Order: sequence, then C-alpha cells, then structure tokens
Amino acid sequence: MIEIVAWLIPVPPLLAFGLIILFTNRSNRLSHVIGIGGMLIAWALAMSTFFYAVSGGELPVTTDVQWLPTGDTSLNIGTWIDPLTAVTLFFVAWTMLAIFVYSVGYHNFGKAGDSKDRPGLPPHAGGIEPMYARFFAFISLFAFGMLALVVTDNLLVLFVGWEIMGFCSYLLIGFWYGKDSAKAAMVKAFMTTRVGDVFMLLGLAYLYTLTGTLTYSEILFNPETLEMLATTPSVLGAGTSAAALIALLFFIGTVGKSAQWPLHTWLPDAMEGPTPVSAMIHAAAMVSAGIYLILRIFPLITAGWHHGDPLTEIMVIISFVGAFTALFASTLAVGQNDIKRVLAYSTISQLGYMVAAVGIGAFVAAAFHLITHAFFKALLFLGSGSVIHGVEHGAHESGDHINPNDMTHMGGLRKKMPLTFWTFLIGGLTLSGFPIITAGFWSKDEILAEAFGTSHLAIFVVLALAALITAFYTGRQITMTFLGKARSKAAEHAHESTWTMTVPLVVLAFFSVVIGWAGVPKGFPVLSSFVPNWVHEFVDSTLLEHSEVLEFNPVPLIVSVGVALGGLLVGFLMYRKLEAGAPDPLARLGRVYVWIQNKYYFDELYDFLFVRPAYWFAETFVYRGIDRRVIDGFLHWVASLAGRLGGWLRNKIDIPIVNGSGDFVGEGIKTAGREGRVIQTGRIQTYLIAGVIFVGALLSYIFFLL
Amino acid sequence: MVPLSWFLILAAAIFSVGLFGVLARRNAIAILMGIELMLNAVNLNLLAFWRYLWSDSLTGVVFIMIVLAVAAAEVAVGLALIISIYRRRSTVVVEEIDLLKW
Repeated sequence: MIEIVAWLIPVPPLLAFGLIILFTNRSNRLSHVIGIGGMLIAWALAMSTFFYAVSGGELPVTTDVQWLPTGDTSLNIGTWIDPLTAVTLFFVAWTMLAIFVYSVGYHNFGKAGDSKDRPGLPPHAGGIEPMYARFFAFISLFAFGMLALVVTDNLLVLFVGWEIMGFCSYLLIGFWYGKDSAKAAMVKAFMTTRVGDVFMLLGLAYLYTLTGTLTYSEILFNPETLEMLATTPSVLGAGTSAAALIALLFFIGTVGKSAQWPLHTWLPDAMEGPTPVSAMIHAAAMVSAGIYLILRIFPLITAGWHHGDPLTEIMVIISFVGAFTALFASTLAVGQNDIKRVLAYSTISQLGYMVAAVGIGAFVAAAFHLITHAFFKALLFLGSGSVIHGVEHGAHESGDHINPNDMTHMGGLRKKMPLTFWTFLIGGLTLSGFPIITAGFWSKDEILAEAFGTSHLAIFVVLALAALITAFYTGRQITMTFLGKARSKAAEHAHESTWTMTVPLVVLAFFSVVIGWAGVPKGFPVLSSFVPNWVHEFVDSTLLEHSEVLEFNPVPLIVSVGVALGGLLVGFLMYRKLEAGAPDPLARLGRVYVWIQNKYYFDELYDFLFVRPAYWFAETFVYRGIDRRVIDGFLHWVASLAGRLGGWLRNKIDIPIVNGSGDFVGEGIKTAGREGRVIQTGRIQTYLIAGVIFVGALLSYIFFLL
Repeated sequence: MVPLSWFLILAAAIFSVGLFGVLARRNAIAILMGIELMLNAVNLNLLAFWRYLWSDSLTGVVFIMIVLAVAAAEVAVGLALIISIYRRRSTVVVEEIDLLKW
C-alpha cells in the first residue's frame, strides 16, 4: 500500500502541468484549481508517507522496476522512502503547498486585467498576471521535478528531477521575459548551474562505470560497494579514492545547484522572477535539492571515514567551501538594499552552513537545518513578497513611483501590515537563531555544537562569525522594513495583502517555530528532560553507521545565543533612526562597503574570466574561423564543384545526347507526316487509280513473271 | 453456238467502261452508274460460266439474284446519300464534297 502511495506522490503535479498547458490555459480559475488540487493531492500522499514513516512503519520502503535495459544490466526506476526522504517530503510538501496558495494572491487573482498589461511583463497597475495559468503550469512541473527527485531510489532519476527543476527555474526566473534583466538572469542561472550539472553527470558516469548500478540500495547502503569504492584508486591516481572523486564531482553539482562559492552568482540575480518562484527555488525546492544530494550521498562522501577520525580530503574541501560560503555570503547580504537580494545572499549563507555540516560529518545537523531553513526561508521570501506587494499598492495609490523592492524606501510597515510583520519577524528571528523559541536556533546550534564538539575549531569560528553577521543583517532588514517611520509615500500608503497570501505565511511561521522542538539536543538544560531529540533519532537511522550523540557543551550554546542576540541588537540600534535619503550607516566603512555593495566584484571577475573570453572565442574563432571559413568554405566548395559537374553533364550529355535523340524522334515523325500527307488527296478516285495500278502490277507479276 | 470467250470479252469491255466511269467522272451519279456497270459485267461473267460449265445446277442463277438484290439496295442507299448531299450543298461534284478533307 505505502509503496503505491510513494509511487504516486510526484504524479498529480505532472498531470496538473499537462492539463493546464494543453487544455485549461484559457481559464485562470480552472488552472489554479487544477494546479493547487494536484499539489494538494501530492501533499496528502506525502503526508501519509511521512506519518507512516514516523509512526514506526518499516523503513526503508522500496520498490524497483526495470526501466532501461542496457545490455547485461538495466537502469531501474523506483521509490526509496527512508527517514531522510520522509522528512524532506514533509518540508517540501508543506512549503510548496503554501507557495501554490500564496501565488493566487500574489498574482492578483480576482482583480480585473489591465488592457495595457502584456504577457512577459509584470502587471503594472495591480491587475491579474497576464500569464496566470502558465505560471501554475510551470510551478506544477517544478513540483513534479522536486517530488520525483525526493522519492526516487536511484541517482539517475534524481538527476532527471534535478534537470527538470533546472529547466523550470530557467522558465520561472525569466517568467517576465519582457524585462532585459530577467532574460539575462534566466540565462545566467541556467548556464551557471549547468557548470555544476556537467560535473555531476561525469560523476554519475564514473560511478556507473565502476559499479554498474545507480540504485541507492546497491551503492550507498551496501558496505561492500562503499568499501570497494573507497579502496579503488581513482583515475586521477595520486592517492584519491574513486569514492572521493565521485563525491567531489557530485559535490560540484551541489555547488552549482545550491549556489555555493564559486558558483553563487546566479542566485541573487534569480530574484528577477516572481516572489513565489524565489521562495520555491531558493527555499523549498531547488537549492534544497543540492543539499539533499550531498546528504543522500553522505555514505559515499564519508566512505572509509568513521566518526572521530580526522577529515578526509574531500570532507575538508566540502567543509571549507561550506564555511567560506556561509561567511562570505553573509557579508554580502549586509550591503544589499533590495529586500529579496538580502534574502538571496542569506540563503547562500545558510546553505553554506549545511554544506559545512556535511563536510564535518554532521549528517543529522545538516538535515535538521535543511528542514528548518526551508520553512523559515520560504516564510521570509513570501513575507518579502507580501511587503513588496503592499508597497507597490501604496505606490499606485500615492503616485509615488519608487522601486518597491528597495528597503531604503520602506520603514514603518509594522502598523500597515501587521500580519506580514509578525510572521516576517518570526522568520527573521528564526533565521538569526533567536534562542529557545525558534527552530533556527536549534538547528544552527546543532551545527555549531557539532563543529565545536568534533574540535573543528576553524569551522566553528567561521560559522559563529557568519551567524553574528546573519543576525546583524536580519536585524537591519527588519528594522529598515518594518520599524521606525515610513521613508516614502508609497510605504505610508501600503496595506495588508489578501488572505491567500497571509494564510501561507501563518502556516509557515507556525512550522518555523515548532519544528525546532523536535530537535532539542540531549543534555540541554531543563528542556531536554521532557522533549526527546526526535530528529536525531529518526534521521540518524537513515545511515548504516550511526553517529554517537555529542556530550552537551555550554560553549557553543553561549556563543550562538550571544551572536544571535548581539547581531540583532546591533542591527536594530544602527538602523533604528534611518532617515529618508540618508546614507547607509555602513557607508562609514568606506572601501569595504563599496566592495560589499559590488559583491566583491565576482560578477565582473567572471565576466572578465569566462563570459567575455567565451564571447571572443565564439565570435572570432568559432564564428569567423570555423563557421565562416572552414564549414562555409567547404560547403561553398562542394556547391561550386557540384555546379560545375552539373554544367558539364548538361552541355556534354544531356543536351546533345538525351535531348537530341528525343527531339530527333519527334521531329522525324513530324517531318515524315508533313511530307507524306500530300499523297493523301482525299479523293476516292485517286486511291482507286492507285489501287487499280497496284492490282494491275500485281496481276502482271503473277501472270508474266512467275 | 457463240463461244464462251465472246461473253467474257463483252463482260471485260463493260467492266472497263464502268471502271473508267468510276475513275474519271466527277459527277457522283455517274460514278454510281459506273459501279452498276462493273457489277453487271461480273453478273454477265457469272451467267456465262454457269451456262457453259455448270448448267445442271441452279447455284449460279441464285448467286446472280443475290448480287442484283445487293446492287439494288446499294444503289438505293447511294442515291439517297447523293440526294441528301445535293440538298445541303447544291452539288454532286465529288471534288466539292470535301467536308472531312484536311
């Protein structure tokens, strides 16, 4: 029974996609009913699977059927429900459902369309989105990709889901393709993630070559295979095992998909898409898929490593990239004034936490932070969308045309948009790890505790510093947006969004708080005596080798409480009295602030290193050299040769011989007819005379000569 | 008794007169009369051969009767055609009856 349910989870959104695209796209109401209906069914199936898993059902639930025969072996397709899958399904289903519902309000369903609105541009006067039905089709396909990726039992289907999401993110980031910035962003996102995907495909190919299978159970949960991979030297030689090389290739896929340094540049630009898309891609699904992948291949990453050992090379690389990204992106978030871009960098930074946690072998902590982050970051994105929406309305009412994303024009929205404010506050506090009550505190604390407890002090310090900056920019963001006085007319006239937007916010805010209670670490003062560390027990049972629960240590706890509160307080105090038009208080940092505002010139660097050389290569070498000279030249040569040969054949063979003989027959008969017709006088008597002469001659011959 | 060859010479002479009439006359009725002469020259031959060689049977006479009947029918059709042409074209000269000529 549960096997069938697992199979069916990704199906409804796919059907919804097909139905909307093919049949119902003219009806907005029907389309969103189908889209949300499909997601609702998928949600119900995912929840029943989740509750089956947590209520002690036998795990893993697995099915497997042959899909593509490949000679002796065959590629299979199937489902694999283990604790990691179950918790991922839980957050994916909830956040995606919330986002689907939110989209109805966000795209102004129920408002009259403006005749000036054009498909490919955001509606400019608060009317319904011109491509409303198409949006629901795209996010349904996106949901299918994510759910398929989560429930599958092998890396190939995971890769398929991964690519479907990459494609959907391309479509959705460029949903308003009329804007040049959106077009550039969609291409950038697609191309940048493609870099990672190519390496991931290489990893898949290498893994398949070595093991002949891509199924989880035969690789990741098979100690013999892992042992074999860990002891086989890789093609690179020089002491790296095959397992490490494959893990590295997969990890590069994650770096692209989860926007880790150095492939992080696409994610902030991806904010060009509608806000539900930002929430979907940058919280619930796509970037989570990257982390899900490295959690999934955790046995491969850690093949040959045991808890307590020094980190292997691949783990050092992963933890370094993660920790560096966490710190690096958090500093970038500080300098942004666009409300969504702050969150984008924050996402990169938080994903860096998870990557670092995987790198130091803290599987459970990474999974836990993945879950909480999905909820609170979806909440924050949807909240920011609600804010933008409110300010946009204010801008239309007051005629004050400002950039509705710019936080410097906001302020004082607390009273105007109370529900958005409170939920955003919960999300923000969760992001910064406000102690005890928020989920982010527990998950972030667990990562810090793991880093500290396993004596990776460098990682611990970097992450703690990142946490401090996170709390600071969160405090800055909340203060600039909601507190103080309105700094523009648009912000004065802002008002609360409709219920379809606020209800998802409340639901996500609820989970942003309560999820944390499922993961209170063992030995935590007072609390742990009456709340079990359910997350650790459940999620840890995914792996073959279980990690021991760390001894409780007050140092990381004090640090994390300190940085969270300190950062929030500093952020609040610095931006409390920001005046309209006043420079950012951080501008006093001078050079550093300019660097941060320009994102450390990474875009310019990549433009210089990759984009422009690629253009140059394409223009001068490929186009002018190969295409025009070699390929076109060869084609022209062949064409002129064929022309000359044809001319020769025509002049020497066709015209004289073929045409000549044909014409000769025709002309000959014509001439014979013309010459011969004179003997046809038409007079019977002439013929009779001829007949008489002939008969006379014949008779004479018979009588006289024979 | 008159020898057989006299009859044959007379028949040949009449046939030649008929043939000349058919070949040389321009009047369609004259041509028709030439044809009748040729037919009766043949009849004369037939009658002469019957009387001198096979006079004990009636076969030859019956043949002559059939030929006369056919000749009468043919003349009736031929004259009808000539009358019809004359009514339409006011001529019986064969050179002028050239509707199907190239």
